[in-house]
Amino acid sequence: MAERIPILRMGEFLLVSIQVDLHDQLALQLQDDLTRAIQRHTARGVLIDISALEVVDSFIGRMISDISGMGRILGARTVLVGMRPAVAITLVELGLSLAGVETALTVERGMDRLRADR
Amino acid sequence: MEIIRAPIRTSNDVVHARQLVRRGAQEAGLSLVDQTKIVTAASELARNTLTHGLGGEMTMEVVNAGARRGLRLTFVDEGPGIPDMKLALTDGWTSGNGLGMGLSGARRLVNDFEIESRVGEGTRVSVARWK
Repeated sequence: MAERIPILRMGEFLLVSIQVDLHDQLALQLQDDLTRAIQRHTARGVLIDISALEVVDSFIGRMISDISGMGRILGARTVLVGMRPAVAITLVELGLSLAGVETALTVERGMDRLRADR
Repeated sequence: MEIIRAPIRTSNDVVHARQLVRRGAQEAGLSLVDQTKIVTAASELARNTLTHGLGGEMTMEVVNAGARRGLRLTFVDEGPGIPDMKLALTDGWTSGNGLGMGLSGARRLVNDFEIESRVGEGTRVSVARWK
């Protein structure tokens, strides 16, 4: 059985906490699983916690942007939380600004953001 | 530290390369931000070796130049090579399905960046980040 990132459901929201070093296949699998889960649960919001990620390169960055864009089309809002400062500095220098991706510092603030949007 | 060699043949090898480079960057005494920069650059370059170079090898060593200490990484493949280097180093230009930030972005994340490529023979990229 292939390795997968778990997607937790909390009412009308989905919560994904990435706890492993993402290889490309796993990132693509998550994108696929998450868009299906949004549709299956008619989720209104998705919270992606990347506090455990020590590296976000252009591939993972693109995956995050794509998930956010696909979610929007499916009617779900995505909030990215927990990015480490060193990762943020590196991403901007790399040339990725994650334009269009909503972010919050912590899971709590991210959830507040999603709940406020009713 | 001796020279460490790691094959880049699968997407798991890219993850393994990141882990090796993280340890090397710590050993070289780089700050957390600089560690993150060179690990991210390594991830971009290893993926290029895999997808454009059709696989190859990374070598890593902690280097000393006078009082300076740093980490040097070299990625070598025997793939098709890069026909237009200027274009390949342009932000946003991609020959595949990426964002086109890999090579140009990696270059911004390191202090030294050298690339040589011959069409039909392969590509060699050498980078270093200094403390």
